[in-house]
Amino acid sequence: MNRRSTIPFGPQHPVLPEPIQLHLVMENEKIIQALPAVGYIHRGLEKIAEKKDYIQDVYLAERICGICSFMHSQNYCQGIEELMKVTVPDRAKYLRVIWAETHRIHSHLLILGLLADAFGFENLFMRLWKVREQILDIMEKTTGNRVILGVCAIGGVKRDITPELADYVLRQLESVEKQLPELCDSLLKDYSVRQRLIGVGVLPKDKAHELGAVGPVARASGLRMDLRERGYAAYGDLDFKMVTEEAGDCYARTTVRVKELYTSLELVRKAIQRMPQGPIAVPVKGTPPADEVLARIEQPRGELNFYIRGNGTRNLERFRVRTPTFANLPALLHQLTGCELADVPVIAICIDPCISCTER
Amino acid sequence: MLDNVSVITLDQIAAEVWLLKQDGYRFVTMTCCDEGEVHDVLYHFDKNYALKHLRVKVRKGESLPSISGIYFAALLVENEMKDLLGVSVSGMVIDFQGHFMLAEGAPKAPLNKSIPGIGIQVQEKTPAAAEGTVKS
Repeated sequence: MNRRSTIPFGPQHPVLPEPIQLHLVMENEKIIQALPAVGYIHRGLEKIAEKKDYIQDVYLAERICGICSFMHSQNYCQGIEELMKVTVPDRAKYLRVIWAETHRIHSHLLILGLLADAFGFENLFMRLWKVREQILDIMEKTTGNRVILGVCAIGGVKRDITPELADYVLRQLESVEKQLPELCDSLLKDYSVRQRLIGVGVLPKDKAHELGAVGPVARASGLRMDLRERGYAAYGDLDFKMVTEEAGDCYARTTVRVKELYTSLELVRKAIQRMPQGPIAVPVKGTPPADEVLARIEQPRGELNFYIRGNGTRNLERFRVRTPTFANLPALLHQLTGCELADVPVIAICIDPCISCTER
Repeated sequence: MLDNVSVITLDQIAAEVWLLKQDGYRFVTMTCCDEGEVHDVLYHFDKNYALKHLRVKVRKGESLPSISGIYFAALLVENEMKDLLGVSVSGMVIDFQGHFMLAEGAPKAPLNKSIPGIGIQVQEKTPAAAEGTVKS
Protein backbone atom coordinates (compact mmCIF):
# COMPACT_ATOMS: atom_id res chain seq x y z
CA MET A 1 0.00 0.00 0.00
CA ASN A 2 1.33 3.45 -0.94
CA ARG A 3 1.91 5.72 2.03
CA ARG A 4 2.01 9.50 1.55
CA SER A 5 4.02 11.87 3.68
CA THR A 6 5.49 15.36 3.35
CA ILE A 7 9.15 15.95 4.13
CA PRO A 8 10.56 19.45 4.62
CA PHE A 9 14.00 19.40 2.98
CA GLY A 10 15.88 22.39 4.40
CA PRO A 11 16.10 25.30 5.04
CA GLN A 12 19.09 24.02 7.01
CA HIS A 13 20.59 20.93 5.39
CA PRO A 14 24.24 19.80 5.18
CA VAL A 15 24.13 19.93 1.39
CA LEU A 16 22.66 23.42 1.10
CA PRO A 17 25.16 26.28 1.22
CA GLU A 18 22.28 28.71 1.76
CA PRO A 19 18.78 28.32 3.17
CA ILE A 20 15.89 27.21 0.99
CA GLN A 21 13.14 24.79 1.86
CA LEU A 22 11.72 22.17 -0.47
CA HIS A 23 8.39 20.67 0.52
CA LEU A 24 8.63 17.13 -0.76
CA VAL A 25 5.38 15.18 -1.04
CA MET A 26 6.43 11.54 -0.91
CA GLU A 27 4.79 8.28 -1.85
CA ASN A 28 6.94 5.74 -0.03
CA GLU A 29 10.49 6.70 -1.10
CA LYS A 30 9.42 8.46 -4.31
CA ILE A 31 8.76 12.20 -4.64
CA ILE A 32 5.45 12.95 -6.33
CA GLN A 33 5.50 16.74 -5.85
CA ALA A 34 8.09 19.35 -4.84
CA LEU A 35 7.45 22.97 -3.90
CA PRO A 36 9.97 25.64 -2.94
CA ALA A 37 9.68 27.90 0.10
CA VAL A 38 12.01 30.88 -0.06
CA GLY A 39 12.29 34.18 1.81
CA TYR A 40 14.85 33.26 4.47
CA ILE A 41 17.43 35.74 3.19
CA HIS A 42 15.38 38.32 1.30
CA ARG A 43 17.23 41.64 1.74
CA GLY A 44 15.07 44.11 -0.19
CA LEU A 45 18.02 45.10 -2.39
CA GLU A 46 15.81 46.37 -5.22
CA LYS A 47 14.21 48.86 -2.87
CA ILE A 48 17.55 50.05 -1.50
CA ALA A 49 18.76 50.55 -5.09
CA GLU A 50 16.06 53.18 -5.63
CA LYS A 51 17.23 55.07 -2.54
CA LYS A 52 20.93 55.16 -3.46
CA ASP A 53 22.28 57.06 -6.43
CA TYR A 54 23.20 55.23 -9.61
CA ILE A 55 26.95 55.28 -8.83
CA GLN A 56 26.42 53.80 -5.36
CA ASP A 57 24.31 51.08 -6.96
CA VAL A 58 27.48 49.64 -8.56
CA TYR A 59 28.60 48.67 -5.04
CA LEU A 60 25.13 47.42 -4.19
CA ALA A 61 24.89 45.28 -7.35
CA GLU A 62 28.28 43.71 -6.58
CA ARG A 63 26.93 42.61 -3.20
CA ILE A 64 23.95 40.72 -4.64
CA CYS A 65 26.14 37.62 -4.68
CA GLY A 66 29.34 36.67 -2.89
CA ILE A 67 30.38 34.15 -5.53
CA CYS A 68 29.93 35.91 -8.87
CA SER A 69 30.07 39.43 -7.42
CA PHE A 70 32.11 40.93 -10.27
CA MET A 71 29.59 39.80 -12.87
CA HIS A 72 26.75 41.56 -11.08
CA SER A 73 28.65 44.83 -11.08
CA GLN A 74 29.66 44.23 -14.70
CA ASN A 75 26.07 43.66 -15.81
CA TYR A 76 24.89 46.71 -13.90
CA CYS A 77 27.63 48.89 -15.42
CA GLN A 78 26.91 47.57 -18.92
CA GLY A 79 23.23 48.37 -18.43
CA ILE A 80 23.89 51.94 -17.26
CA GLU A 81 26.44 52.42 -20.06
CA GLU A 82 23.80 51.37 -22.60
CA LEU A 83 21.27 53.69 -20.99
CA MET A 84 23.67 56.66 -20.94
CA LYS A 85 25.28 55.79 -24.31
CA VAL A 86 28.77 55.47 -22.85
CA THR A 87 31.43 53.75 -24.96
CA VAL A 88 33.85 51.75 -22.84
CA PRO A 89 37.54 51.57 -23.90
CA ASP A 90 38.58 48.26 -25.47
CA ARG A 91 41.17 47.51 -22.81
CA ALA A 92 38.49 47.75 -20.11
CA LYS A 93 36.37 45.22 -22.01
CA TYR A 94 39.24 42.72 -22.00
CA LEU A 95 39.92 43.34 -18.31
CA ARG A 96 36.24 42.69 -17.59
CA VAL A 97 36.48 39.35 -19.41
CA ILE A 98 39.57 38.37 -17.39
CA TRP A 99 37.89 39.00 -14.05
CA ALA A 100 34.54 37.57 -15.17
CA GLU A 101 36.14 34.33 -16.33
CA THR A 102 38.29 33.95 -13.21
CA HIS A 103 35.00 34.29 -11.32
CA ARG A 104 33.48 31.55 -13.45
CA ILE A 105 36.43 29.25 -12.75
CA HIS A 106 36.27 29.78 -9.00
CA SER A 107 32.46 29.43 -9.01
CA HIS A 108 32.57 26.15 -10.96
CA LEU A 109 35.34 24.77 -8.72
CA LEU A 110 33.26 25.78 -5.71
CA ILE A 111 30.13 23.95 -6.84
CA LEU A 112 32.04 20.90 -8.09
CA GLY A 113 33.65 20.72 -4.65
CA LEU A 114 30.27 21.01 -2.95
CA LEU A 115 28.92 18.30 -5.23
CA ALA A 116 31.80 16.00 -4.21
CA ASP A 117 31.00 16.79 -0.59
CA ALA A 118 27.30 16.03 -1.23
CA PHE A 119 28.04 12.46 -2.26
CA GLY A 120 30.61 11.99 0.46
CA PHE A 121 33.87 12.38 -1.49
CA GLU A 122 35.45 14.78 0.98
CA ASN A 123 39.00 14.43 -0.25
CA LEU A 124 37.97 15.50 -3.73
CA PHE A 125 36.00 18.41 -2.23
CA MET A 126 39.08 19.67 -0.39
CA ARG A 127 41.39 19.26 -3.37
CA LEU A 128 39.02 21.14 -5.69
CA TRP A 129 38.81 23.98 -3.18
CA LYS A 130 42.58 23.99 -2.80
CA VAL A 131 42.88 24.67 -6.53
CA ARG A 132 40.18 27.31 -6.22
CA GLU A 133 42.43 29.14 -3.74
CA GLN A 134 44.88 29.81 -6.55
CA ILE A 135 42.13 31.54 -8.53
CA LEU A 136 41.25 33.63 -5.48
CA ASP A 137 44.95 34.50 -5.24
CA ILE A 138 44.79 35.83 -8.81
CA MET A 139 41.90 38.07 -7.82
CA GLU A 140 43.66 39.28 -4.71
CA LYS A 141 46.86 40.04 -6.58
CA THR A 142 45.14 41.87 -9.44
CA THR A 143 42.44 43.75 -7.54
CA GLY A 144 43.38 43.70 -3.85
CA ASN A 145 40.28 41.67 -2.95
CA ARG A 146 39.41 37.99 -3.00
CA VAL A 147 35.58 38.05 -3.12
CA ILE A 148 34.09 41.49 -3.73
CA LEU A 149 36.58 42.81 -6.26
CA GLY A 150 35.32 46.39 -6.45
CA VAL A 151 37.05 47.09 -9.76
CA CYS A 152 34.13 47.53 -12.15
CA ALA A 153 32.94 51.07 -12.74
CA ILE A 154 30.52 52.82 -15.05
CA GLY A 155 32.69 53.71 -18.03
CA GLY A 156 35.31 51.00 -17.58
CA VAL A 157 37.33 49.48 -14.74
CA LYS A 158 39.32 50.95 -11.85
CA ARG A 159 42.51 48.88 -12.06
CA ASP A 160 44.81 47.79 -14.81
CA ILE A 161 46.81 44.56 -15.06
CA THR A 162 50.48 45.27 -15.60
CA PRO A 163 52.68 42.96 -17.72
CA GLU A 164 54.23 41.57 -14.50
CA LEU A 165 50.78 40.81 -13.09
CA ALA A 166 49.72 39.29 -16.40
CA ASP A 167 52.73 36.93 -16.20
CA TYR A 168 51.71 35.98 -12.66
CA VAL A 169 48.15 35.26 -13.81
CA LEU A 170 49.39 33.08 -16.68
CA ARG A 171 51.67 31.12 -14.33
CA GLN A 172 48.82 30.54 -11.90
CA LEU A 173 46.53 29.39 -14.71
CA GLU A 174 49.18 26.95 -15.91
CA SER A 175 49.48 25.52 -12.42
CA VAL A 176 45.68 25.20 -12.12
CA GLU A 177 45.42 23.53 -15.51
CA LYS A 178 48.07 20.95 -14.55
CA GLN A 179 46.08 19.91 -11.49
CA LEU A 180 42.68 19.73 -13.18
CA PRO A 181 42.89 16.47 -15.18
CA GLU A 182 43.34 14.24 -12.13
CA LEU A 183 40.50 15.97 -10.26
CA CYS A 184 38.18 16.01 -13.26
CA ASP A 185 38.86 12.33 -13.91
CA SER A 186 37.71 11.61 -10.36
CA LEU A 187 34.52 13.53 -11.06
CA LEU A 188 33.76 12.05 -14.44
CA LYS A 189 35.33 8.58 -14.46
CA ASP A 190 35.08 7.26 -10.91
CA TYR A 191 32.64 4.32 -10.78
CA SER A 192 30.81 5.34 -7.60
CA VAL A 193 30.54 9.00 -8.70
CA ARG A 194 29.05 7.94 -12.03
CA GLN A 195 26.56 5.71 -10.20
CA ARG A 196 25.37 8.75 -8.23
CA LEU A 197 25.08 11.08 -11.24
CA ILE A 198 24.18 9.19 -14.41
CA GLY A 199 20.45 9.04 -15.12
CA VAL A 200 19.65 11.09 -12.02
CA GLY A 201 17.55 14.27 -12.21
CA VAL A 202 16.91 14.07 -15.94
CA LEU A 203 15.69 17.24 -17.64
CA PRO A 204 14.81 16.62 -21.32
CA LYS A 205 15.64 19.33 -23.85
CA ASP A 206 12.02 20.34 -24.55
CA LYS A 207 11.25 20.57 -20.82
CA ALA A 208 14.37 22.66 -20.21
CA HIS A 209 13.17 25.14 -22.84
CA GLU A 210 9.58 25.13 -21.64
CA LEU A 211 10.60 25.69 -18.00
CA GLY A 212 12.99 28.51 -18.87
CA ALA A 213 16.15 26.76 -17.66
CA VAL A 214 19.40 28.67 -18.19
CA GLY A 215 23.16 28.22 -17.96
CA PRO A 216 24.84 24.81 -17.48
CA VAL A 217 21.43 23.31 -16.56
CA ALA A 218 20.05 24.23 -20.00
CA ARG A 219 23.25 23.44 -21.89
CA ALA A 220 23.47 19.98 -20.25
CA SER A 221 20.04 19.26 -21.77
CA GLY A 222 21.25 20.16 -25.24
CA LEU A 223 20.01 23.75 -25.44
CA ARG A 224 22.50 25.95 -27.27
CA MET A 225 22.25 28.98 -25.05
CA ASP A 226 25.17 31.06 -23.80
CA LEU A 227 25.02 34.85 -23.91
CA ARG A 228 28.78 35.04 -24.40
CA GLU A 229 28.01 34.05 -28.00
CA ARG A 230 26.50 37.51 -28.46
CA GLY A 231 30.01 38.91 -28.03
CA TYR A 232 29.41 41.42 -25.23
CA ALA A 233 32.50 42.93 -23.55
CA ALA A 234 35.43 41.40 -25.51
CA TYR A 235 33.94 37.92 -26.06
CA GLY A 236 33.38 38.69 -29.74
CA ASP A 237 37.19 38.78 -30.27
CA LEU A 238 38.08 35.68 -28.26
CA ASP A 239 36.72 32.79 -30.40
CA PHE A 240 34.39 31.64 -27.65
CA LYS A 241 33.06 28.09 -28.07
CA MET A 242 29.98 26.94 -26.20
CA VAL A 243 29.92 23.64 -24.25
CA THR A 244 26.79 21.47 -24.46
CA GLU A 245 25.80 17.95 -23.50
CA GLU A 246 22.70 15.97 -24.42
CA ALA A 247 21.74 13.63 -21.56
CA GLY A 248 20.22 16.31 -19.28
CA ASP A 249 21.12 14.44 -16.08
CA CYS A 250 23.36 15.36 -13.13
CA TYR A 251 26.35 13.80 -14.88
CA ALA A 252 25.80 15.98 -17.97
CA ARG A 253 25.56 19.12 -15.81
CA THR A 254 28.82 18.17 -14.08
CA THR A 255 30.47 17.50 -17.44
CA VAL A 256 29.42 20.91 -18.76
CA ARG A 257 30.96 22.64 -15.74
CA VAL A 258 34.19 20.64 -15.99
CA LYS A 259 34.57 21.48 -19.69
CA GLU A 260 33.73 25.12 -19.03
CA LEU A 261 36.68 25.29 -16.62
CA TYR A 262 38.98 24.71 -19.60
CA THR A 263 37.01 27.15 -21.78
CA SER A 264 37.38 29.87 -19.15
CA LEU A 265 41.10 29.19 -18.68
CA GLU A 266 41.53 29.60 -22.43
CA LEU A 267 39.45 32.79 -22.51
CA VAL A 268 41.54 34.42 -19.76
CA ARG A 269 44.74 33.46 -21.59
CA LYS A 270 43.52 34.84 -24.91
CA ALA A 271 42.23 38.02 -23.24
CA ILE A 272 45.66 38.65 -21.70
CA GLN A 273 47.45 37.97 -24.98
CA ARG A 274 45.12 40.05 -27.14
CA MET A 275 44.39 42.92 -24.74
CA PRO A 276 45.12 46.22 -26.50
CA GLN A 277 46.96 49.13 -24.90
CA GLY A 278 44.98 52.22 -23.99
CA PRO A 279 42.84 53.81 -21.29
CA ILE A 280 40.86 51.63 -18.89
CA ALA A 281 37.93 53.99 -18.30
CA VAL A 282 36.19 57.07 -19.63
CA PRO A 283 34.68 59.77 -17.41
CA VAL A 284 30.91 59.60 -17.14
CA LYS A 285 28.86 62.73 -16.64
CA GLY A 286 25.16 63.32 -16.26
CA THR A 287 22.41 61.09 -14.99
CA PRO A 288 20.58 58.08 -16.44
CA PRO A 289 17.79 59.36 -18.71
CA ALA A 290 14.11 58.50 -18.34
CA ASP A 291 14.49 55.31 -20.32
CA GLU A 292 14.74 51.58 -19.69
CA VAL A 293 17.06 48.74 -20.56
CA LEU A 294 17.27 44.98 -19.97
CA ALA A 295 20.96 44.16 -19.42
CA ARG A 296 22.03 40.52 -19.74
CA ILE A 297 25.24 38.59 -19.26
CA GLU A 298 26.21 34.94 -18.85
CA GLN A 299 26.99 34.29 -15.22
CA PRO A 300 28.42 30.94 -13.97
CA ARG A 301 24.87 29.73 -13.27
CA GLY A 302 23.39 31.15 -16.47
CA GLU A 303 21.65 34.20 -17.83
CA LEU A 304 21.56 37.17 -15.45
CA ASN A 305 18.99 39.90 -16.19
CA PHE A 306 18.92 43.42 -14.82
CA TYR A 307 15.98 45.64 -15.74
CA ILE A 308 17.10 49.24 -15.18
CA ARG A 309 14.79 52.23 -15.53
CA GLY A 310 16.10 55.76 -15.11
CA ASN A 311 14.08 58.91 -14.49
CA GLY A 312 16.54 61.70 -15.29
CA THR A 313 17.73 62.02 -11.68
CA ARG A 314 20.64 60.41 -9.85
CA ASN A 315 18.23 57.80 -8.45
CA LEU A 316 16.89 54.93 -10.48
CA GLU A 317 13.16 54.53 -10.96
CA ARG A 318 13.45 50.74 -10.85
CA PHE A 319 16.19 48.16 -10.58
CA ARG A 320 14.97 44.60 -10.97
CA VAL A 321 17.20 41.55 -10.76
CA ARG A 322 16.41 38.11 -12.21
CA THR A 323 19.18 35.70 -11.33
CA PRO A 324 19.82 32.33 -13.01
CA THR A 325 18.95 30.29 -9.92
CA PHE A 326 15.50 31.93 -9.88
CA ALA A 327 15.08 30.80 -13.50
CA ASN A 328 16.29 27.28 -12.70
CA LEU A 329 13.92 26.63 -9.78
CA PRO A 330 11.02 25.42 -11.99
CA ALA A 331 13.46 23.04 -13.70
CA LEU A 332 14.60 21.79 -10.28
CA LEU A 333 11.00 21.04 -9.29
CA HIS A 334 10.58 19.03 -12.49
CA GLN A 335 13.80 17.06 -11.86
CA LEU A 336 12.77 16.23 -8.30
CA THR A 337 9.36 14.88 -9.25
CA GLY A 338 9.62 11.12 -9.59
CA CYS A 339 13.08 10.80 -8.07
CA GLU A 340 14.12 8.92 -4.93
CA LEU A 341 14.57 10.83 -1.68
CA ALA A 342 18.23 9.78 -1.51
CA ASP A 343 18.93 11.62 -4.78
CA VAL A 344 17.50 14.99 -3.66
CA PRO A 345 20.80 16.42 -2.30
CA VAL A 346 22.72 15.65 -5.50
CA ILE A 347 19.94 16.96 -7.78
CA ALA A 348 19.56 20.14 -5.73
CA ILE A 349 23.28 20.90 -5.68
CA CYS A 350 23.59 20.15 -9.41
CA ILE A 351 21.63 23.25 -10.41
CA ASP A 352 24.33 25.22 -8.50
CA PRO A 353 21.77 27.03 -6.32
CA CYS A 354 22.61 30.53 -5.17
CA ILE A 355 19.81 31.57 -2.87
CA SER A 356 21.00 34.97 -1.69
CA CYS A 357 21.10 36.07 -5.35
CA THR A 358 17.69 34.58 -5.93
CA GLU A 359 16.04 36.41 -3.07
CA ARG A 360 18.07 39.63 -3.26
CA MET B 1 15.70 51.73 -25.17
CA LEU B 2 13.83 48.44 -25.05
CA ASP B 3 13.23 47.34 -28.62
CA ASN B 4 10.46 45.06 -29.76
CA VAL B 5 7.87 46.08 -27.16
CA SER B 6 4.17 45.43 -27.82
CA VAL B 7 1.64 47.25 -25.69
CA ILE B 8 -1.35 45.04 -24.98
CA THR B 9 -4.44 45.03 -22.76
CA LEU B 10 -5.35 42.69 -19.93
CA ASP B 11 -7.74 40.62 -22.02
CA GLN B 12 -5.08 40.05 -24.72
CA ILE B 13 -2.41 38.62 -22.40
CA ALA B 14 -3.27 34.92 -22.62
CA ALA B 15 -3.63 34.92 -26.41
CA GLU B 16 -0.43 36.91 -27.02
CA VAL B 17 1.63 34.77 -24.65
CA TRP B 18 0.22 31.60 -26.16
CA LEU B 19 1.26 32.79 -29.64
CA LEU B 20 4.80 33.49 -28.43
CA LYS B 21 5.02 30.03 -26.91
CA GLN B 22 3.84 28.48 -30.18
CA ASP B 23 6.50 30.53 -31.95
CA GLY B 24 9.24 28.96 -29.79
CA TYR B 25 9.94 31.84 -27.42
CA ARG B 26 11.44 31.12 -23.99
CA PHE B 27 9.92 32.86 -20.99
CA VAL B 28 12.66 35.00 -19.42
CA THR B 29 10.95 36.89 -16.62
CA MET B 30 8.47 39.64 -15.76
CA THR B 31 9.13 43.11 -14.39
CA CYS B 32 6.66 45.24 -12.50
CA CYS B 33 7.01 48.96 -11.77
CA ASP B 34 4.80 51.01 -9.50
CA GLU B 35 3.61 54.08 -11.43
CA GLY B 36 1.20 55.47 -8.85
CA GLU B 37 -2.27 54.74 -10.21
CA VAL B 38 -1.13 51.73 -12.20
CA HIS B 39 1.41 48.93 -12.18
CA ASP B 40 3.45 48.75 -15.37
CA VAL B 41 4.00 45.05 -16.06
CA LEU B 42 6.51 43.82 -18.65
CA TYR B 43 6.79 40.25 -19.90
CA HIS B 44 10.21 39.36 -21.34
CA PHE B 45 10.73 36.53 -23.86
CA ASP B 46 13.77 35.32 -25.76
CA LYS B 47 14.34 33.43 -28.99
CA ASN B 48 17.89 32.96 -30.30
CA TYR B 49 19.10 35.85 -28.12
CA ALA B 50 16.49 38.25 -29.55
CA LEU B 51 14.21 39.71 -26.92
CA LYS B 52 10.50 40.36 -27.22
CA HIS B 53 8.54 42.28 -24.59
CA LEU B 54 4.84 42.63 -23.84
CA ARG B 55 3.72 45.65 -21.81
CA VAL B 56 0.44 45.90 -19.95
CA LYS B 57 -0.82 48.54 -17.54
CA VAL B 58 -2.76 47.20 -14.56
CA ARG B 59 -4.87 49.64 -12.54
CA LYS B 60 -4.42 49.14 -8.81
CA GLY B 61 -7.23 46.92 -7.60
CA GLU B 62 -7.54 45.26 -11.01
CA SER B 63 -6.55 41.64 -11.39
CA LEU B 64 -3.77 40.49 -13.70
CA PRO B 65 -4.49 37.11 -15.33
CA SER B 66 -1.75 34.57 -14.64
CA ILE B 67 0.23 33.04 -17.51
CA SER B 68 1.52 30.18 -15.32
CA GLY B 69 -0.91 27.84 -17.10
CA ILE B 70 0.95 28.58 -20.34
CA TYR B 71 4.48 29.02 -18.99
CA PHE B 72 4.84 27.21 -15.65
CA ALA B 73 8.07 29.18 -15.09
CA ALA B 74 6.01 32.37 -14.64
CA LEU B 75 4.58 30.99 -11.43
CA LEU B 76 7.41 32.13 -9.18
CA VAL B 77 7.73 35.66 -10.52
CA GLU B 78 3.96 36.16 -10.39
CA ASN B 79 3.93 35.14 -6.73
CA GLU B 80 6.88 37.45 -6.11
CA MET B 81 5.02 40.38 -7.74
CA LYS B 82 2.03 39.67 -5.55
CA ASP B 83 4.24 39.72 -2.44
CA LEU B 84 6.51 42.63 -3.18
CA LEU B 85 4.26 44.95 -5.21
CA GLY B 86 0.78 43.87 -4.18
CA VAL B 87 -0.31 43.00 -7.73
CA SER B 88 -3.39 40.82 -7.61
CA VAL B 89 -2.70 37.90 -9.96
CA SER B 90 -5.62 35.61 -10.72
CA GLY B 91 -5.48 31.98 -11.79
CA MET B 92 -1.94 31.10 -10.68
CA VAL B 93 -1.20 27.37 -10.82
CA ILE B 94 0.07 27.58 -7.24
CA ASP B 95 -0.78 30.58 -5.08
CA PHE B 96 1.52 31.13 -2.11
CA GLN B 97 -1.08 33.57 -0.68
CA GLY B 98 1.35 36.47 -0.37
CA HIS B 99 3.98 34.45 1.49
CA PHE B 100 6.30 33.34 -1.27
CA MET B 101 9.01 35.87 -0.43
CA LEU B 102 7.66 37.51 2.71
CA ALA B 103 7.05 36.05 6.16
CA GLU B 104 3.98 36.46 8.35
CA GLY B 105 3.83 40.01 9.70
CA ALA B 106 6.17 41.45 7.05
CA PRO B 107 5.22 44.83 5.50
CA LYS B 108 2.72 44.51 2.65
CA ALA B 109 3.96 45.30 -0.88
CA PRO B 110 7.30 46.83 0.24
CA LEU B 111 8.46 47.67 -3.30
CA ASN B 112 5.57 50.03 -3.93
CA LYS B 113 6.54 53.71 -4.04
CA SER B 114 4.16 54.53 -1.19
CA ILE B 115 6.40 52.55 1.17
CA PRO B 116 9.34 54.83 2.00
CA GLY B 117 12.41 52.61 2.02
CA ILE B 118 12.17 50.07 4.77
CA GLY B 119 15.23 49.21 6.79
CA ILE B 120 17.57 51.95 5.65
CA GLN B 121 16.58 54.80 7.96
CA VAL B 122 19.49 56.02 10.07
CA GLN B 123 19.02 55.00 13.68
CA GLU B 124 18.72 57.91 16.05
CA LYS B 125 21.41 58.16 18.66
CA THR B 126 20.58 57.27 22.23
CA PRO B 127 20.87 60.24 24.68
CA ALA B 128 24.02 58.69 26.16
CA ALA B 129 25.65 58.34 22.77
CA ALA B 130 24.70 61.90 21.83
CA GLU B 131 26.49 63.20 24.94
CA GLY B 132 29.58 61.24 23.98
CA THR B 133 29.55 59.04 27.06
CA VAL B 134 29.27 55.78 25.17
CA LYS B 135 32.51 54.36 23.84
CA SER B 136 32.23 52.65 20.49
